[in-house]
Amino acid sequence: MHRTGALFGQFETLEQQKDTASLGMWIFLVTEVMFFGGIMLAYTINRHTYFHAFAMGSKTLSLTLGGTNTVVLLASSFTMAMGVWSAQVGKKKLLPVFLTLTIVLGFVFFGIKYVEYAQKFHHHLVPGRNFDITYCVNNPTRCEDMSAEEIKAERVELEEAQAADPDLNAHAQLYYSAYFGMTGLHALHMIIGAGLLFWLLGQSLKGRFSPEWNTPVDLVGLYWHFVDIVWIYLFPLLYLIDRHN
Amino acid sequence: MADHEHAEHTEHIVPPRTYMIIIFSLLCLTAATVAAAYVNLGPLNIVVALVIATMKATLVVLFFMHAKYSPKRTKLVIMAGIFWLAILLFMTLSDYASRVDYRGIRYPMTQNIALVPSPRA
Repeated sequence: MHRTGALFGQFETLEQQKDTASLGMWIFLVTEVMFFGGIMLAYTINRHTYFHAFAMGSKTLSLTLGGTNTVVLLASSFTMAMGVWSAQVGKKKLLPVFLTLTIVLGFVFFGIKYVEYAQKFHHHLVPGRNFDITYCVNNPTRCEDMSAEEIKAERVELEEAQAADPDLNAHAQLYYSAYFGMTGLHALHMIIGAGLLFWLLGQSLKGRFSPEWNTPVDLVGLYWHFVDIVWIYLFPLLYLIDRHN
Repeated sequence: MADHEHAEHTEHIVPPRTYMIIIFSLLCLTAATVAAAYVNLGPLNIVVALVIATMKATLVVLFFMHAKYSPKRTKLVIMAGIFWLAILLFMTLSDYASRVDYRGIRYPMTQNIALVPSPRA
């Protein structure tokens, strides 16, 4: 890693050098768009074919936790953008503060995601041998984190969905495969992003970034915002199916 | 190359005020998408959700990711990426929308569920 921001021979100006780096990052992000795009396409086809199972699956997710995570991630994008700004204007003390805030918000996201995943394991909603979409309705005492009203509402939804789709349990697994696949890959991207942020934080504490050279901050920023965009799509796709019913 | 009309424009710095307006808009749009999900719009529910998500993504790309102030070359890469995604979605979905399987059953094939039940059903 070239720390000083010296001009490499193939470039005319430092600005051209930075534009080239950011162009390379964008090309990488475009490949990421295709990566997530393919998964969302598979989701779309399954959702269209097994709509009742997907709607049922979506309603077992907590909108409060999902919505909170959306706000947390948007806020982390804001602190990241402010970090890039701090680097650009040479506020060397402010940059580590914003990077730390971004990391903290990232970990709040992981924490909430952990609570959600743990709940799904507890409720037998992980695709595989023990998957049972009827588990909480049939064993309300085992799902002690759900109130009687929630169980009651879920029973009504379950009966409607079962009437519309006789093989609901199999198709609900498709929804949950999409849920774990998409949120899992998103979380993996965030873990990589958090690693990069820790590295940036270390470098920023050493005062390595200046208005003349802050390319790594800029590029990690692009990556972090991209991960935010993926979640912007995942939230309505996974949490908001058929909520009005 | 040196005489090329490539005035050395210094890097555009987006002020914090803009970032604050953007994050506020993003939070409002998040509230809007949740509110819209509770209104029965029939088949339009998913359309509204995706339109709002795309508006949010556009704000993030243009301002947080500085695409609005990027060189034309970078904008071309972004547009090409969106275009390629559109090809992926359009071609595959038009295949599914017009497909008839070997039994003469059109997509969506939900009618087949009763024909091939899973062992657990």
